[in-house]
Amino acid sequence: MSARAFLAFLAVCAVVGLLGFGLLNKGEAKIAVGDPVPDKVLPVLGGPGRGSIADYRGSWVLVNLWASWCVPCRQEAPVLDRFARRYRKRGVAVLGINVQDNSDDALAFLRENDVRYPQLRSIGDERSAAFGSTGVPENFLVDPGGRLALIWRGPVDEAFLRKQVVPIVDGRS
Amino acid sequence: MRQVGEFPVQWTGKSPFAVVLAVLALLALAPPALAAAPQTSVSEIEGEVMCPICGTLLELAESPQAERERVLVKRLIAEGKDESEVKDALVAQYGPAVLALPEGKGFDLSAYLVPAIGFLVAAVALAFGVARWRRASRSSRADVGRTEPPDEDDAKRLEADLARYDL
Repeated sequence: MSARAFLAFLAVCAVVGLLGFGLLNKGEAKIAVGDPVPDKVLPVLGGPGRGSIADYRGSWVLVNLWASWCVPCRQEAPVLDRFARRYRKRGVAVLGINVQDNSDDALAFLRENDVRYPQLRSIGDERSAAFGSTGVPENFLVDPGGRLALIWRGPVDEAFLRKQVVPIVDGRS
Repeated sequence: MRQVGEFPVQWTGKSPFAVVLAVLALLALAPPALAAAPQTSVSEIEGEVMCPICGTLLELAESPQAERERVLVKRLIAEGKDESEVKDALVAQYGPAVLALPEGKGFDLSAYLVPAIGFLVAAVALAFGVARWRRASRSSRADVGRTEPPDEDDAKRLEADLARYDL
């Protein structure tokens, strides 16, 4: 192979490599029921310290991705808060992860909707990408072993929690 | 009676002090006034940051998330933050994807380096190509005026051909 052909080959490899890297970087994670939940230590929203989904290992946890500008999130937040209070004693927790938002708006949202369950904050859309998220709100039920038991890409209401989530945590499905 | 062009104020012994005091007072007030003055504008920032959810420049976005981002930008500007401080605050809230132009460090540096290197490589290749083309062009021009006499066989064949068409 001549030097010129070798250089051309290297140039083509470099271009293809860059394109491939770009495509892989853009790719969103695909997660499925039974997979380990994508987890990362995140700052606590509006407070000191950090937390992660792993802190709830041994309990069921309903992870809710939300943002203050999202209208359906406003409708489901009180439902989730009631669920969290009702099921706490049965070893079920609700954990909010605020995404694609700014912290002042997020804290105002929590105050306005009187949301009490724990909240973490993900800067930018990094957590949304990890969950293969297509928008907000999205909900993920994580079993005590840290695996996904239910994926719901949309808002939840009382009926959904009663029919879909409660049977799983009660071991009825 | 005052003439045209005559200084209108009669300077007394106290007036220079008053003027100095007034100037000092103005200078003392200047820094807070400058700090309160906006150092950048919403439209300037909007053209340089993204609405991360919409995937467009903030100035083109009309989603609810873009509206909240715009409100945050207005608040930061009202607090007297300059352009880089506003951008830093936006990155802290929304991540580096909020910047329309990538940061000049880490892998993002390649966004600036790759085009520059590509341009240099293209320029060097073009320069080599032009130099080679000019050399080839010069040698072909030199060949135009230079003719070798035919060898003996060719000369004989030429004579024969010419004799055949000799009318």
